[in-house]
Amino acid sequence: MTLSADHVSWSAGGADILKGVSLTVETGEFLGIIGPNGSGKTSLMSLLAGIRKPKSGAVLMDGTPIGELGRRAVAQRLAFVEQQAETGERITARQAVELGRTPYLGPLSPWTSQDDSIVDAALENVDMTHLAERFWHTLSGGERQRLHIARALAQQPKILLLDEPTNHLDIGHQISLLDLVQRQDLTVVAALHDLNHAAMFCDRIAVMQGGCLVALGQPREVLTEARIRDVFGVNVDIEQDSGGICHIRFLTRRSQGRTNLARPAPLSVMGA
Amino acid sequence: MSRTLTSIGRTGAAFAALAILLIALWLGAAIGETAIPFSTVAQTVANRLWNAGYPLEPIDEGIIWSYRLSRAVVAASCGAALALSGAVLQSLLRNPLADPYILGISAGASTGAVSVAILGFGAGMLTMPLGAFLGALIAFVLVSVLAVKAGRGTAAIILAGVAGSQLFNALTSFIVTKAATAEQARGIMFWLLGNLSGVRWPDAWLAVPAALVGLAVCLWHARALDAFTFGQESAASLGISVRRTYLALVGVSAMMTAVMVSIVGSIGFVGLVIPHAARMLVGVRHGVLLPAAALIGAVFMIIADILSRTLIPGQVLPIGVITALVGAPAFALILGQRRARA
Repeated sequence: MTLSADHVSWSAGGADILKGVSLTVETGEFLGIIGPNGSGKTSLMSLLAGIRKPKSGAVLMDGTPIGELGRRAVAQRLAFVEQQAETGERITARQAVELGRTPYLGPLSPWTSQDDSIVDAALENVDMTHLAERFWHTLSGGERQRLHIARALAQQPKILLLDEPTNHLDIGHQISLLDLVQRQDLTVVAALHDLNHAAMFCDRIAVMQGGCLVALGQPREVLTEARIRDVFGVNVDIEQDSGGICHIRFLTRRSQGRTNLARPAPLSVMGA
Repeated sequence: MSRTLTSIGRTGAAFAALAILLIALWLGAAIGETAIPFSTVAQTVANRLWNAGYPLEPIDEGIIWSYRLSRAVVAASCGAALALSGAVLQSLLRNPLADPYILGISAGASTGAVSVAILGFGAGMLTMPLGAFLGALIAFVLVSVLAVKAGRGTAAIILAGVAGSQLFNALTSFIVTKAATAEQARGIMFWLLGNLSGVRWPDAWLAVPAALVGLAVCLWHARALDAFTFGQESAASLGISVRRTYLALVGVSAMMTAVMVSIVGSIGFVGLVIPHAARMLVGVRHGVLLPAAALIGAVFMIIADILSRTLIPGQVLPIGVITALVGAPAFALILGQRRARA
C-alpha cells in the first residue's frame, strides 16, 4: 500500500501554508517530518490523512486520490494521531481504544468478541492493560498518548500518521513512545520536533521550510550543519556514531543579522 | 459496553424501559385534582383500545382518555425529544452546556411557529410545525455563524446562543404585539412559557412519531457520536463523514425541537439536564446513553406535568416553570463542576 503527495498546496485565511509539496511514503519506512513552527508540518499531516482537501494537487493512496475513497475505507488503512486530542467526557481508557474499531462497525453491526480481542491486544501492545478501566481525566499525558496510539493500532492500519506525538512528554516517555511506534510492523509518518529523535528513529527525514519541502533523504544526508542553520537558524555540531546515527549538538543561536547582539552562551546542549 | 451488555441484557433493558414508561404514563393518568384509581385507568384503556366494555363513569373515562392520557403521552414524547436533542448537541459540539433552549433553537422555532400562526407566513402552505422547523434551522445557522465569529470555544457557543435567543424572543414578541388580537396574544404568551393545557390526541399523533423518528435517527448515528469524543478531526480520522453526520443530527434535533415547540411551547432545561443525568447513570456510550436519556426525559416530563397540575390546587402551572425550577440549579451545578475540573 502506498501513500504519496503530488504537488499538494493548501492555504488558510489567504496565506499559503503549503506550496506544491510532493513526496512518496515507502512501504515499511519510518518517515519523519521536521521543520520549524509554522512550516506546514501539521497541515501536511492532515492532508496526508485525508482530513483536509488540498487546494491543488492530490494525496494518492494506492494511486487513487484519497478524497475519492470513502472515509471509512481510508480509516481501515490509515490511522492518524493528532496533536493533543483531548476530551471532557468520563470515558475509560479501554473505551477510548475501542473507538479504533469504528471504521469496521456499521450502525447495525454488533460489537463482537473479535473486536474485544483486538482492543485487548492494542492495550497490551502499548502496555496500558493495567490501566484499562481508569477514567481518561485521571491519566497522565504519556498514558493518554499511549492510548491514542493503541486506538490507532485498533484500527489495524497499514500506515500510522503521528503529528508531534511526543509533545509535552518528558524525555523518558518521548523515547519510549517513539520506540513503541518503531516496534510496530507499520509504515509510519511522524511530524517531530526533536532533531535527535528524528535522527535516532527515522529511516528518512523530510524537511519543511515555509510550506515547501526542502530536503528528503536519510538522516545523515539531510541533517547537515548547513541545512539546520538555514532552516532552524541554529548552529550545530553533528557527530556520527559507529552505528551511523547522527548526534546533533546545538551551539548558539545564529545572530540572524544582529551580529552585534550575538550571545556566545550555549542555548542548550543535547548530546542524547 | 461490549462486556456489560449482552444481547439478552439489551432485550431485558428494553423491556424494563418500556415498563417504566408505561408505569409513568399510568401515574400521569391516575394522579390529578381528582384522583382516579389505577384500575379505572387500566379499564379505560382496555375500553378504548379493545372495546372491553367495562362499565365506567363517563366523566372518569373522559378525564382519563381525552385529558390526562393524551397529555401524558405528549409530555413523554416531548421530554424524550428534548433530552435526545440535548444529548446529541452536547456530544456533537463537545459542549456540556449545549441544548436546544440555550442555543436559541427553541426561540427560533417559536418565532417560526408564531409567524405562521399569526402573520399567515407561507400563505397556508406551511403548518405551524413546519414554520417552527424553519425557524429552528435559521436560528441554528445564525447562532453557529456567531459562535464561529466569536472564536468557537465553549463560552462562545453559549454566548451566541444567548444573543440568538434574545433576538428571536424579541421578534416573537414584536409579531405578537403588532399582529395578534388580544385573545390570541394571551394564548400565545401562555404557550410560550411551555404549556401542556389544551393538548389532545391529535397533538400526540404528531409528537409520538417525531420522538420515535428522532430516536431512530440518533441511534443510527450512535457510533458516529462516540467517534466525536476527541473532536471532529478525530472523528474524521475514524472514518466518519463529519459533515453528513452533522447535517443529519442537527437536522433531526431541530425537527424534534420544532415539533415539540409547536405543540407545547419552548420548555427549557430538559435538554440540558437530562443527558447529564443519563451519563451519570449509564456512562458515555451513545448506544446506551441515547435511549437512557430519552426514557429519563420522558418520565421526567410526565412527573413535571403531574406536579404542574397538582402543586397549586385549582391552578395549572406552566410546565416550563417546573422544569426551570429543577433545571436552573442543575445548570449551576454543571457550571461549578466544569470549573472544578478545569
